[in-house]
Amino acid sequence: MATETMGTLAVPAKPIRSELFVSRTRAAMVFLVPMIIALLIVAGWPLLRTIYFSFTDASLSNINAAQFVGFKNYLTWTQLKSGRVLWGGVLADPAWWNAVWNTLRFAVVSVLLETIAGTVVALVLNAEFKGRGIVRAAILVPWAIPTIVSAKMWGWMLNDQFGIVNDLFLKLHLIDHKIAWTATADTAMYAVLAVDIWKTTPFMALLILAGLQMIPKDIYEAAQLDGVHPVKVFWRLTLPLVRPALMVAVIFRLLDAMRIFDLIYVLTPNSSATKTMSVISRENLIDFDKFAYGSAQSTLLFLIIALMTVLYIWLGRVNLEGGDR
Amino acid sequence: MAWTYTKKAAFYLLVIVIVVESVFPFYYAILTSFKSGTSLFEVNYWPTMVSWDNYAAVFQNGSFPQNLLNSVIIATLTVALALLFAVTAAYALSRVRFRGRSLLLLTILSVSMFPQIAVLAGLFEVIRTFGLFNTIWGLIFSYTIFTLPFTVWVLTTFMRDLPLEIEEAAIVDGATPWIIITRVFMPLMWPALVTTGLLAFIAAWNEFLFALTFTSSNSTRTVPVAIALLSGASQFEIPWGTIMAASVIVTVPLVVLVLIFQRKIISGLTAGGVKG
Repeated sequence: MATETMGTLAVPAKPIRSELFVSRTRAAMVFLVPMIIALLIVAGWPLLRTIYFSFTDASLSNINAAQFVGFKNYLTWTQLKSGRVLWGGVLADPAWWNAVWNTLRFAVVSVLLETIAGTVVALVLNAEFKGRGIVRAAILVPWAIPTIVSAKMWGWMLNDQFGIVNDLFLKLHLIDHKIAWTATADTAMYAVLAVDIWKTTPFMALLILAGLQMIPKDIYEAAQLDGVHPVKVFWRLTLPLVRPALMVAVIFRLLDAMRIFDLIYVLTPNSSATKTMSVISRENLIDFDKFAYGSAQSTLLFLIIALMTVLYIWLGRVNLEGGDR
Repeated sequence: MAWTYTKKAAFYLLVIVIVVESVFPFYYAILTSFKSGTSLFEVNYWPTMVSWDNYAAVFQNGSFPQNLLNSVIIATLTVALALLFAVTAAYALSRVRFRGRSLLLLTILSVSMFPQIAVLAGLFEVIRTFGLFNTIWGLIFSYTIFTLPFTVWVLTTFMRDLPLEIEEAAIVDGATPWIIITRVFMPLMWPALVTTGLLAFIAAWNEFLFALTFTSSNSTRTVPVAIALLSGASQFEIPWGTIMAASVIVTVPLVVLVLIFQRKIISGLTAGGVKG
């Protein structure tokens, strides 16, 4: 990774004067305090409160009167006289597991396809040809468009009656009748995936391109001299060399895809075929006045993402030192 | 020879597909926004008419100018605050060695990976307690959660790469850390500040979940929420023309900014991702 080489290049710290060292450290503390306080108020404390609410019976209208109820929001059961056990709580809620499944399916499929598409675009941009600047500018357009706007634009294009996608597909004889892409349960997820891939491939492509550009050119020249087939060059040279950058990009995107909210909320509202963990949590928190229940769901999502973040930092071996200063 | 030409043709075909696929939805939104009346419901691939009706409707229709103003104020103040906090913090994190630095950087990185929904319930309570619910201040306050870790992270990577000598010279001259930041580093850091500022601005401009949850009236909403909630006279009458005009209005400034600063943005994005 780039930082690994950068670390070795860094100039080692020279012990100037210990008095100076102390005053520098003190200044550093003063500089850090505002940021730390800001992050504590806006991230640390709210996170703890969310977790706390998930163990209470809080409701939106009466947050302060919350009573501690233990794991009731997560899992609860009552045995009926007939001996049947009734399960309750998030972990026994089919709607929650449906959301978990939707989220995982969306994250894996979108990131996989974005990686493939991103690699193709990055390889194109890494080649030298006339008009490369135009292509690079063009692929930045989807990235620059706000997600809500993308959702609305595609919602219009995918409209069942007047949408251009149905018109185009009918003309190309890909379909024989107009399809309500966003409203039909079978196609809603495809619609969401299409928009997300369209919007996020540029980001992937740029990250992969940065990795590609760090590969020294002479390796390719050597391979060309030896007459290695370009396909073999890709699999044996390019891919292994770009893998660190690729891995970071993939995990970064996976974490992002796991928390998707806005695109689904606007493109396919109230469709159980696309409802993800974030969407169902907010629905319970705000719309259904099941504040504590929604808190439990968002806590679970946080745990899943926290676990993935730990894996990311461990796998990506993120360099935090960056040399001695 | 023919094979070489075929390969070249295939390559340019791929290039054309990438360009058209990237730009077409936005092009189609612009095309739709200039249509009016029943022609809205005819599918056209090329421009057929130029009518400003939809744009007039957007600006006459109640709160949209106010929403636009809200978005500008919120995004600008969020960026200013984040940069102010981040420059000093990044200096401490990149130039000064102290115990717990790695742990602090790790925490900052983790916060930037936070799912926003995980803090929604707690933040809702904090915002209500401070009396910030349904105000633009509540949004500026809450947006710190994603702009601050990001700006700190990118500026730290940037400052780490600046040569040690310039700072040493200032230390020898007896400069305090504050002087070093404002007089020595700031002039060198303009490119990084512009990039991170712009990326943070875009993130704040586009944010939806907090804006949807922490505001409740038309006059305090930001543009993304206003567009998401634009509705017609009835549930079945979605005003597509107006929605597309509003979309074009909020997107054009972003696209222009991104295209002007494309090199800087690309380096900023990759600094946040690959280098991290």
